[in-house]
This record gives sequence, structure tokens and C-alpha cells, in this order.
Amino acid sequence: MSAAAPLLDIRGLRIDLPTGAGSATAVHRVDLALAAGEAAALVGESGSGKSLTARSVLRLLPPGAEVHGELRFAGESVPGMSRTRLREFRAGEVAMVFQDPRAHINPARSVGDFLVEGLTAARGVPVREARRRVEAVLQEVGIPDAERRMRQRPGELSGGLLQRVMIAAALAAEPKLLLADEPTTALDVTTQEEVMAIVTEAREARGLAMLFITHDLELAAAVCDRVVVMYAGSTVEELPSGALHHGAAHPYTRALLASRPSVGDTASGLRAIAGRPLSGFEVPAGCSFAPRCPRARDACRTDTPLLRAAGTGTSACHYPHITEEAEQRA
Amino acid sequence: MLEVRNLRKTFGDFVAVDDVAFRLEVGGSLAVVGESGSGKTTTARMIAGLEQPTAGSIAVAGKERGPGRPRGAGRRARAREIQMVFQDPYSSLDRRQRVRDAVAEAVRLHRPLRGPALAARVDELLDLVGVDERQAGSLPRALSGGQRQRVAIARALAAEPQVLILDEAVAALDVSIQAQILNLLAHIRTTTGTTLLFITHDLGVVPHICDEVLVMRSGQVVESGPVPSVLREPQHDYTRRLVASVPKPGWKPRRRAQPPAA
Ligand SMILES: Nc1ncnc2c1ncn2[C@@H]1O[C@H](COP(=O)(O)OP(=O)(O)OP(=O)(O)O)[C@@H](O)[C@H]1O
Ligand SMILES: Nc1ncnc2c1ncn2[C@@H]1O[C@H](COP(=O)(O)OP(=O)(O)OP(=O)(O)O)[C@@H](O)[C@H]1O
Ligand SMILES: [Mg+2]
Ligand SMILES: [Mg+2]
Repeated sequence: MSAAAPLLDIRGLRIDLPTGAGSATAVHRVDLALAAGEAAALVGESGSGKSLTARSVLRLLPPGAEVHGELRFAGESVPGMSRTRLREFRAGEVAMVFQDPRAHINPARSVGDFLVEGLTAARGVPVREARRRVEAVLQEVGIPDAERRMRQRPGELSGGLLQRVMIAAALAAEPKLLLADEPTTALDVTTQEEVMAIVTEAREARGLAMLFITHDLELAAAVCDRVVVMYAGSTVEELPSGALHHGAAHPYTRALLASRPSVGDTASGLRAIAGRPLSGFEVPAGCSFAPRCPRARDACRTDTPLLRAAGTGTSACHYPHITEEAEQRA
Repeated sequence: MLEVRNLRKTFGDFVAVDDVAFRLEVGGSLAVVGESGSGKTTTARMIAGLEQPTAGSIAVAGKERGPGRPRGAGRRARAREIQMVFQDPYSSLDRRQRVRDAVAEAVRLHRPLRGPALAARVDELLDLVGVDERQAGSLPRALSGGQRQRVAIARALAAEPQVLILDEAVAALDVSIQAQILNLLAHIRTTTGTTLLFITHDLGVVPHICDEVLVMRSGQVVESGPVPSVLREPQHDYTRRLVASVPKPGWKPRRRAQPPAA
């Protein structure tokens, strides 16, 4: 990434949400940039602000939300977009696969109408062409009887079929950026592999960029160039995918990796990170992970660490792990 | 505890579940894995009494399931027998009900608690699944995906059911919170003898929570048996493909030569 503006540039993003008593900060500080054709995984704690971050790119936040910081798409400020521009932006340039597909599709209308309309109404594609394209993408995501599925309503589809319909809708729009919020949780691993292979092809063929939210760290590393880790409303580490397993510098990332279950495991208990998870709303002074961190010292409880170079990436930690890889480079 | 025989479900001329059978002892734990759209949720819904089987029988605690949905006392008795945590927690939680009230309602189904005793039990359940004070006072729409899943689990646990069905119920949790919930379920199972039916696409969690596993494809069971042998030495081609598709270091997604079956 050189002089050219990144496709997506998020700097110092903060999101305040209305609560019972005034407003509170749900997302504290997110820094993230994505070049055209690049893929970054957003991983981290449940409730840490991954979905809110992705939704902020589309300006699809809860009513009353306040966004601070910079959010640019190809150099253009997203908060500064007019209504007309925003509509155009959502229809053609960015597509999102939502975490809860059933909440984002009209249950009373057929799947076919939903998919075809996405192309005809928003992008002016002729109906016949739209049908053809939609059927082709459905086949691609492993739905062979596309014609029958298009006549069905969302309630008649299994969780994974509906998730694939949403992925098909996003890909059919041929966006420049795909925001995929846990898009494969309802898919068996074989279908997941198929779907991720198709997304990878689109990235290579059309320069599609992707922000991929997932809890599967292996999947994140396999399909993305970089991994960005969030904890309690902030990005706490960013590193190249290849360095995830042996080069993580932030104690939270390392603890997360240690909690992973695997197929070959025996029935021993799983290791959860000690202590209670924290939501962005209640972060204390200092580092938000300090109360649970085995390496925490005094400075961690008073000074908030910011992202800075550590190992092969960046880490928001006063005392990052120095890994072998980093030592060899030094 | 749970016995299912020749279970079948059709929607029009589409066969969603085709001759499924299994037995689960008291305190047993069965994983159901397999293809998306293979009938896992439909099977679970029939067992929970939410869907009428086209054919076959279901017996819970030795009692044959009659047709139709029970009402009143019968409904409450069934809720204590079987609880199901749904694949999409948002649609199953009442949008207008605050989290705390939703859990309290489920507690009262099982125990005649009121006032401080009820509040204490609700707090205990919310604490077990890691839902905090602020989230407890929220409506479902103000929660993240994983927070909603944990509320749904707390609600199901509140009824202290004999059989607990979890349909992709930990899929939206990060691995640390997931570990905490799985350890909690394992603990409940050993201390209360709760029987678990655990539907998942995550083969990695299966050894941690289940003894037996059943692999489904196109409405049918293609393989079943003890977890270690099925996952480490899969016999059926489909199971082998499934195990081979689990992401691991060095893995890259590839398209298969043959398209996946319906
Ligand atoms: N509409 C809302 N009103 C108030 N708080 C909200 C709202 N939506 C989300 N939150 C809170 O903001 C925080 C971040 O939520 P977000 O959905 O971004 O989490 P997430 O990282 O996607 O988690 P998960 O992995 O569980 O989906 C959570 O603590 C959540 O409770
Ligand atoms: N009400 C319905 N009407 C018509 N078809 C239905 C209905 N409910 C389910 N089906 C179909 O039955 C099949 C099995 O669905 P089910 O939800 O049981 O699958 P699943 O194994 O849970 O899949 P997933 O892993 O994707 O959640 C699917 O093809 C689905 O489209
Ligand atoms: Mg989310
Ligand atoms: Mg299902």
C-alpha cells in the first residue's frame, strides 16, 4: 500500500450509543485500513464491537448512534455522503452479509423476488438478466435446485441455505468491498470451503476487498491476508495471517488461540480465559485487558496502550510478547 | 431417555428427514453434524414437539409422544422435559421483552419463586452465561449476536429440562466464551444428568461435549458411533470429506470437482 488511498480507511472510530441514561461508548477506538482486493479478518470477543464496526461502514447503526473519527471509502468520507450518494454506495460499491440473516429479509416474500429485486431496483439490471445471474450465483454457492429455492419463502429454508442466499445476493451485486459478518456459521465445513473458494476467486478476478468477521481463527488465517483482533471496543492487535499462530504479541490474542478446540482433541475441559469479559461500555482506565492479563503491571492499569509496531504487526500492549519470528527479523 | 424410530418428515413432495433413528440414555450426549439442509433442525423440532412428524415415533423418558401440541399443564410439563435453543436466537426471543424478564419467565415455568428469590435465581443464570447487569436490562436488539445466544441458553437452562437441544447454539461465541459455555454444559450434564442433543457444524467442539455423534446428509443418517472413532477414523466418504474440510494451519479453501448434493 503506497501513495494511493486505501479502499477502506477507518481511523480512530468511536461509536456512542443511546442507553437508558444518556449515551455510552460501545466502540472506543478502531483503526483499520484495507486496500482494493485485500482481505482482513476481524476476530475477537463476543460483544467487542465487530458487528457495529462493519455496520458503521454502511451507516447502518442503531438510531441515535454517534460516530466519531474518520471513515473513508476510496478517499471519500462515508459520514459526509448525501442520501442519494449513500443509496448508490450501498447498491453498488459495498455489500454486507449480516450476522442474523432472518432479520434482514422480508419473511413474506419469495427468495427469488428478494434476490432479483436487489439487482433490478437498486442497480437497473433487466429482469431476465437479473434472474440468470441470480440462478448462476445460487448454483455456485452450492444450491443446485435454484429454481425451486427461488419460489420458497425464507421460513422454508434451513439456516445454512438462507445464509447462502445472502452471500449470493452480496456477490451478485459485484461490489468492491464485501462486509461479511460470520457468513458461514450455519454452513457445514464442506460447503463453507466451497463458498470461501468462490469468494477468493472473486477477490482474485475482480479485486474484491473483504472485511471478514469470524470466530474461527483457522478460517480467518486461511482466507484473509491480515487478522485484526478486537477486545472490549478497540482493535488491540493486527498481524499478517501467516504470523497468527506463532507471532501474536498481544496477550489477549495468545489467550484466544489457546482456547481453540480442535477435531483431534480428547474430552478434556477447554481453557477459557480467566476472569469476566468486559463490554466496551465499562472499560476501566488503562488497558481494557489488564484485569484478566497474566502479564499486567502497574502501567497497564493507568495508561491506555495504543497500537504500535510489535513483532510482525501492531499491538496495543505495553508489554507485548516478543516472539521468535520478531527476534529473527531484528 | 430419548428414542427416535423411523422418523420422517416431508414438505410437499420434498423429503427433509428420511428414516432417522437413534437412542440416547439418561445423561447421554449426542452430536448431530452434517450437511447444511440435511434435516438436523427439522429433526430437533420434531423431538421438541414443534413440528409434526410425517411418520415414525419419538419416546421421551419412556413415554410415547402423542400427536398435536399440548396445552396448559401438559405444555409446562413438556417444557421441563425438553428445551430447545434455536439456531437464530433473535427470532426466538421476544423483541419487546427485556432479557431479565425473559429469563425470569422461564424460571417461573419450573420453580414457584417470587421476589428476591426469583431475582437471585435469574442473576445466577445470567452470571453463568456471562451476561452482565447492563445487558440484562436491555432488549434483544441492543445485544450482539453472541450475547443473544447466551440469553437463549440461560432461558433454556432456567427450565432445568431433562433433555436440552442446542441447535448451533454456540456458533456466534468467540472461542473463550464458547469454552466457558461448553464447560458449563458439561458440568450441568454430570451434576444433574441432563441429556444433551447438540447440533453443530463445528467438529472441533464435538469431542468436548459429546460421547456419540450422528452424521446426516440429505435427510439420512450416513454414519454414527462414538466420537473418537467417527472423527478420527471416519468410515463413510461423506464423513471423510467433512473432516478433511475443517480449516487448519496451511489449509486453503478449494472447489470440489463434483458439486455438493442437494
Ligand atoms: N442497538 C444497540 N443499543 C445498545 N447497545 C448495543 C446495540 N447494539 C450493540 N450494542 C452493544 O454494543 C457492543 C458491541 O456489539 P456488536 O454487535 O458490535 O458485538 P460483536 O463484536 O459483533 O459481538 P458478537 O461476536 O457476539 O456478534 C455489545 O456490548 C452490545 O451489547
Ligand atoms: N417449512 C418448510 N417448508 C418447506 N421446506 C422446509 C421447511 N422447513 C425446512 N424445509 C427444508 O427441509 C430441509 C432440511 O431443513 P433443516 O432446517 O432441517 O436443515 P438443517 O440440517 O438444519 O440445515 P442447516 O445446517 O443449514 O441449518 C431443507 O431443504 C429445508 O429447505
Ligand atoms: Mg456480531
Ligand atoms: Mg439448521
